[in-house]
Order: sequence, then C-alpha cells, then structure tokens
Amino acid sequence: MKKYIIQSIRLTAILIVLLCVVYPISVAFVAKFSKGNGGGEKITRNGKTVGYALLGQSFNKPEYFWGRPSANGYNAAGSGGSNKGPSNPDYLKEVQSRIDTLLEYNPSIKKSQIPADMVTASGSGLDPNISEQGAAIQVARVASVRKISIEKVKELVAMNTQKPLMGLFGPSSVDVLKLNLALDKL
Amino acid sequence: MNTELLGIIATYLLTVVIAIPLGRYLAKVFAGEKVWTDFLKPLESGIYKLSGINPKEEMDWKQHLKALMMINLVWLVYGFFVLIFQDKLPWNPDGNPGMSPDLSFNTIISFVVNCNLQHYSGETGVSYLSQHYVLMFLQFVSCATGIAAAVVLFKAFRDKTATKLGNFWEFFVKSITRLLLPMSLIIAIILAFNGTPASYEGKDQFISLQGDTVHVSRGPAAQFIAIKHLGTNGGGWFGANSAHPFENPNYVTNTVELVAQVIIPIAMVIAFGIFIRRRKLAWTIFGVMTIGMLLLLVPTISSELGGNPALAKMGIGQSTGAMEGKEVRFGPAISAYWSTVTTIISTGSVNSMHDSTMPLTGLWQLLAMMINSFYGGCGVGLLNYFIYLIIAVFISGLMVGRTPEFLGHKVEAREIKIAAVITLLSPFLILAGTAIASYTFNNYGDATWSVQPKNWLNNPGFHGFSEMLYEVTSSNANNGSGFEGLGDNNVFWNVLTGIILMFGRFLPIIGPIAIAGLLGAKKFIPESAGTLKTDTKTFALMTFAVILVLNALSYFPALALGPIAEYFTIIK
Repeated sequence: MKKYIIQSIRLTAILIVLLCVVYPISVAFVAKFSKGNGGGEKITRNGKTVGYALLGQSFNKPEYFWGRPSANGYNAAGSGGSNKGPSNPDYLKEVQSRIDTLLEYNPSIKKSQIPADMVTASGSGLDPNISEQGAAIQVARVASVRKISIEKVKELVAMNTQKPLMGLFGPSSVDVLKLNLALDKL
Repeated sequence: MNTELLGIIATYLLTVVIAIPLGRYLAKVFAGEKVWTDFLKPLESGIYKLSGINPKEEMDWKQHLKALMMINLVWLVYGFFVLIFQDKLPWNPDGNPGMSPDLSFNTIISFVVNCNLQHYSGETGVSYLSQHYVLMFLQFVSCATGIAAAVVLFKAFRDKTATKLGNFWEFFVKSITRLLLPMSLIIAIILAFNGTPASYEGKDQFISLQGDTVHVSRGPAAQFIAIKHLGTNGGGWFGANSAHPFENPNYVTNTVELVAQVIIPIAMVIAFGIFIRRRKLAWTIFGVMTIGMLLLLVPTISSELGGNPALAKMGIGQSTGAMEGKEVRFGPAISAYWSTVTTIISTGSVNSMHDSTMPLTGLWQLLAMMINSFYGGCGVGLLNYFIYLIIAVFISGLMVGRTPEFLGHKVEAREIKIAAVITLLSPFLILAGTAIASYTFNNYGDATWSVQPKNWLNNPGFHGFSEMLYEVTSSNANNGSGFEGLGDNNVFWNVLTGIILMFGRFLPIIGPIAIAGLLGAKKFIPESAGTLKTDTKTFALMTFAVILVLNALSYFPALALGPIAEYFTIIK
C-alpha cells in the first residue's frame, strides 16, 4: 500500500509538468500565429478597440440592428443564459413584452413575422448572431432612421450573412456587430 | 433535406469514421503490439523511472483497484487545498477569491470523478492556476483512470483464465501519452485557429459601438476545452460552457467538439472486441448502444424543432424552432443532437442551456443520464454496460434453465450480488437525493445557507422539481450538466452532490472490475451447444429489454412528476 502512495505522488508531480506546463505552453505558442494571436480577435475602428469579432454587443438604439435579448446584458465577464423553463409564467410575460417592443419600433411588421430568436435569450448571453428573418424585420426601421434606401440596407445584410458551412451543414446567420459597423461606415 | 439535419448526419458519420480505426489502434496499444506512436516509448520510460514504477509488474484485480483508489485520493487532497487557497497562490490575474470549503469539496470531487459539475462560474470562481493545475489536470487523469479501469476488464477476458491483469500504471500512463495528450494538442490548435483564446493574457476591456464599457474574460482556454471534450469531462472554461462564443466559436468547432466527445467511448467498444478476440460481441454492443442513442435522439430533435407551444400561442413565427438558451450559429437541431450526446456520454458540456429546453427534451436528457451506458463516459460507459450484460446473462440463464455463463466463465451468486448492488445503487442515490432535496425545499425554506432553499428554484411548479431531479441525476451519472437555474452553490447542494458523485463514480468502477476479476480467474468452459451466446441479435434484444425495464421501473414515477407533468401543462 505504501508503495502505491509514493508512486501516486511522484506520478502526479511528473504528469503536472507534462500536462499543465509543457502542453498548454506549446498550444499557446502555436496560437500566436492565429488571428488575434491567441488572445481573441479584436475589431478596431480609428485605432480604438470597439469589440471582439466573436462576441455580441448590446444594441438597442433604433439606428442599429438589434441582437438577441441577453440574460446578462452582454456581459463578457460573466456569461450565461436565462435558464427559464418553457412553461414559466414570468418568462412568458417577458417574451410578450419583447414582442410588444419589437412591434412598437417596427410598426410595418406583422407579429407572425417575428422569429423566436429575436424574443428569446441566448445560451451565452453573448450571441453575436441573429437569424436572417430576425434581420429582415428590422430593415425598414434602420433604413428610415438612417434615411437610406431599403435596398442598400438589404444589400449590407446579405453581405454580413453567414451561409451554412460549405452550403450544406447547419443554419445561416447574420453577424450583428459587423453589420452595424458596415452601416456606420456608409 | 434541410442543412441543419444534414449537419447532424455528417457529424455522426465523421465520429464513427474516426472512432473505428481509433479503436483498432487502442487495442494494439494496450496489448503492447507495435503501433506508429511507439516513438513515445522513451517519454513513457522516463515517466516510469521518475515515479519509481515498474510497468512489467503484473497486478491482480484487487491491486489494480488499490492503485486506482490511492492515486485518486492524492488528487483529492492536492486539489482541495489549491482551490481553497487559490487567492493566495500565484497566477490569478483576474483576482478571483478562494473557494469556500464546501464549494472546494464539491468542485474537487466533481473533477476527480470525471463529472465536472460546476457550482462556480469559470470567469469569477477560479484562478488560471486552478483552471490548469487542478481542473485541466484532472480532466486528463480522470479520463485516463476510466480507460485504464476498462482495460483491466479487457485483460480479464482476453485469455481463458487470467489472474494477472497487467499493470495499472502502464494502462494509465499510456492512455495519456498515446491518446489524450496528442489528440488534445490537435483539437486545441484547431480551436485556437478558429478564435478560442489560448494565450495567458488576463481580462480585457473595450468601449462598444453604443458606448458601453465591456470587460472581457479570456485566458488559455483552448487547451482546456480540448481535453474537456475528448475526456468526456464537460467542465467549461467560461460559465456558459460551449454556448460561449470563445469556447465554441462556429459550426466547425461545434462539430470538432461533438466528434471529440464521442470518439473514445465508441473506440473503447471496438477495442474491447479486438482485444478479447470477439469482434462480433463488440458490434452487438455497439448496435444496442446506437439504437439506444437514436431512440433518445429522434424525439429530442423533433421536440426542439417544433418550438415552444407557449410562444406559438402568442402568435410569433416558429420557423427557427425553440431558441431560448440556444445560439443562432448552431440552431436548434445540432443543439438537440448535442444535448443527447452530452447526456448519453457522461460529458455534460452544453452548447445550449438544458434548463430552457422543451419538457420532453428534458425527459430524454434525464433518461439518457439514468441509463448512462449508450456509449457512456470514457471507459466507464463500457463498465456500466457490462453490469447490464451480467444481469441479462443471469436473467436469460434463468429463463432457459441453464447456469449462466459469460465468455466461458460461470456467473455465480457472488457476481450477481455485486451486479445487483451496482444496479440498485443508481436509483437509490437519485431518488433518495431528490427526495431529501424536495423535503428540505418544502420544510426548511428559511435555512440560512448562502442560497436559501425557498430561493433554490429558478422556475416554479413541475419544472422546479425537474431542476432538482436533474442535478441529482447528473451527479450520479458523473455527467456534470445541469438545469443551471438551480441555486446550487450552498452547503446543502455542495455536500449532497459531492457525496453522490463519489458513490456514483467509484462503486460502478469497483463493481465491474471485481466481477471481471472473479470471472476471469474461474476455469474456462469451452463453448458447447448448450452455451448461451452473448453475441447474437436475440441476446442484444435481451440486453436492451433489461436496460429498458430496469430504468423504466426505477424512474418512471420521478419522471412523471417532472418533465412529463410539465409537458401536459404546456400543450393544454
């Protein structure tokens, strides 16, 4: 028994060196050659960081496309979902009020056009995407507030839409941050 | 066919295509035959030498278990103290506090037993030192422990009669050097090049387009996330686990993470068949497991794609399916696949929040964890399945009036007793645990714990009950996912689940190894016309029936009170 204790302790110590020092440092080194150098890819505008390419941001001004509701207010230092169950009455009230807000700001749309992703919170609270339908219902609003043509806005939406992987696998999605950056650039 | 369903099919096919050759490779590695990774031998000899281990020293099943338990104990003690004192130890760039003793107790057990139930949140609860030197370390070694234990079982049935079952340390070290470490390297690099942070930089800050100041947690996460999936651990670097855009940036990484968590469990089944020279048996086992998975998967996908009926009543479109707690870049279909995979395998990582899935999805998730052997965790999935096999052999033996045999060894009272105890253990832990929790919730709502029992539940009614049932089931299955609305960081849940985790891990390892050790040592009886064949379709069906009946009898009442009751309230 004593033999096993000593072997266990020594083996643990050696494996810590291999698995917690050698392995992660090698990966960190290789990752230096990736976009963002392993620290997350940043988006800069006029020399200032305005966001991370992968992380969604809070948008609620009418001139911007809105992202999805977030349970944590797009807090990138404390991710998480709402964890509301599908039958929870308080949750259903919250969804109803999101629907009302969307209808108020986008008077031209019908309720049945609103996709579920625009009125439900994401898993991470940092979802950078909305569905194509989620963007489509906001086009008229953004165009009228920014006083640009609907066609121009639609064109930008299309440019910032990610198609399914290789055109075959998974859903398509619209990148909200990149879309809004493109709008600001006009 | 729509692209979301195609994505699921492609992911599963890719998994099998990788897992089968991997299984062949593993069988050779553990049999000591020549493989292309033999260039790593000097590394292994170095490890043995520095640890004072002689890998040629043969152990019987009891010695194997002693070595296994001893090294696990060392990890428990080491990790417990690091987590408590992490605020005083170096490498804590975000300045996170030390853990309370009960949280540390829960966390360390949870990672030692390959569960990764997390009652803390990655961004605010642990230092980088703890993340790598305790949690990631344990993700490697707990998985290797499971694989090594399964190899002991392989050894018991390879030769006609066997008492010497190889060396535990050798199986354990080889699992790391020949499998986990090289594959983690590859996966971590793929993740890093898709945007997952891998450098040692701490928190960042920026001002968003609308002018909000945003703090961003980062850190060397890619390394952690690779082994988190490969080792069926499931504990996330960030609080939101693989729903977080850093932890799982896009559909490619989602596929990689999905494939990574299933290849070893499938490969172990294939390796088993090759190792004991009974390939047909392995394919029957694989068949039962796959059918079991499909039976859980198909209704899950359909319930998620259908969307939330309560939202449909409000008059909005349901074309995107149920989206609460899900990410748009994955969509509901592959999220449903993930939820099935992560619960049949004991990974417990999530790319969507299970608490917000549809009631029937919750039912299938719970049932998957209760069965816990349709593929199952690294190594331990096969051990769990082995118990079902023994029970099936016994019942079939009784039905045809013969002495039950398994692979040429008589199954007698002692083995059946062990198998029965292990089978009864899960329902006991799950049902008693949930009962204690419900009782406390109802009668001691004002207890002065850091989360008062009356505030435990994030959702009222039947769903609230499901939150507690899920937490206990996940602990027993060493799964680690949760209905995360549950306020679980307090002394009650930390201690209760800590204890369940320990029993739910070690007894289901000790039991099968003991049975295998006892059986392997018995005289070999050559096959005759009277032998019950265990690699036939009939026997596969029998095993499947045993799994179904045992679990349905044990859990139906609890499931009826939770997800099934909720389902009927939501559709009315």
